[in-house]
Amino acid sequence: MNTISMTVNGKTVSAEAEGRTLLSGFLREGLGLTGTHVGCDTSQCGACVVHVDGKPVKSCSVLAMDVAGSEIRTIEGMANSDGSLNAIQQAFQDHHGLQCGFCTPGMVMAAAALLAENPRPTEAEIRDYLEGNICRCTGYQNIVKAVMAASGQDVSEMSAIAAQ
Amino acid sequence: MYAFDFVKPATLSDAVAAMEQEGAQALAGGQTLLPTMKQRLNAPDILISLNGIAELRGVRREEDALVIGAATTHTEVARDAAADYPGLAALAGQIGDPSVRNRGTLGGSVANNDPSACYPAAVLGSGATIATSKREIAADDFFQGMFATALDDDELITAIRFPIPHKAAYAKFHQPASRFALTGAFVANFGDGVRVAITGASEEGVFRWTEAEAALSDNFDAAALDGLTLPAKGMIGDLHGTPEYRAHLVAVMTRRAVAAAR
Repeated sequence: MNTISMTVNGKTVSAEAEGRTLLSGFLREGLGLTGTHVGCDTSQCGACVVHVDGKPVKSCSVLAMDVAGSEIRTIEGMANSDGSLNAIQQAFQDHHGLQCGFCTPGMVMAAAALLAENPRPTEAEIRDYLEGNICRCTGYQNIVKAVMAASGQDVSEMSAIAAQ
Repeated sequence: MYAFDFVKPATLSDAVAAMEQEGAQALAGGQTLLPTMKQRLNAPDILISLNGIAELRGVRREEDALVIGAATTHTEVARDAAADYPGLAALAGQIGDPSVRNRGTLGGSVANNDPSACYPAAVLGSGATIATSKREIAADDFFQGMFATALDDDELITAIRFPIPHKAAYAKFHQPASRFALTGAFVANFGDGVRVAITGASEEGVFRWTEAEAALSDNFDAAALDGLTLPAKGMIGDLHGTPEYRAHLVAVMTRRAVAAAR
């Protein structure tokens, strides 16, 4: 066991990790931050997406020791400072961008990364960027709509059910 | 995963020394290696992370070539190669998904030589040179069959030198579950000759389609490929496609790459 440190949601934290400890496990079991979900554990579903030094990664496919010293942001760090939902989270609620909610942390983290890179994405760009995030409930339409809305774009013409 | 030791050297020389240990395995982006280890298909004793070595990262222009450090991520290549070699940058930007591209590296992909990976097609199709901790290896000598390369066990890729063609493009038929290429074609026109490299088709891994190269060297137009076909024998057959389907896709994707080349 080694004790490693990183900055998680703005706070410096330390916990024990083995070589084989995944970032997802370090966050969930080491730090108790269970908002990061582990879906497939094969780096396909995207439920475990967190930001490492500002960039989205699949935390089930990153070793905790390999990102020691990095700045990590998880879903627990996304709400506004007063505890209210941030614009992306609120848009997911307003536009019914989730049903069971299992994929939602990864969706929100991926969407936040997209909007940081590209503040007014097209619908096609959103679908492309979210390619690595799988949702088994919504059919994606309302997730795409929520991301469009969170970017400040008019979604009144977007059907709730029309899939591409 | 079975337990292993983890080290993260800060210099290439330290990494090379660490690789001499029994049971050592280099860890680049880990987007293939870590899932493989979870399935216990691979169980190294020591992982040597290459992610803390600044000299292995970055894209730089050297005369008529683009030299890319082995630990440069797909995201970085998609961004930093775009001006000098847009066909290569576009290929990097289609690997996996954005989160995978932020970890996965050029060197990791090429060293692994997955038969459906995208980068081996660009490396072979560009006639690139693989620089390692021991020597330089021409792409034509590097790829030696499915998951097999010319690398020794303790040898690290340090950079890959891509000659920049006049025109090039990669056409990928996406396998939507894995986001690998079901079949992909990389076409590069150097003016004095054309190279065509195919991934996701042969059981021997990436290969050059020499008949297409000859036809396109005479006339760089998709129509020059009319009538050219590959035999299904030796093509990959799995639940995603038969050998016949893949042989057909090779010709389709090569045509698309020629039409898209710029």
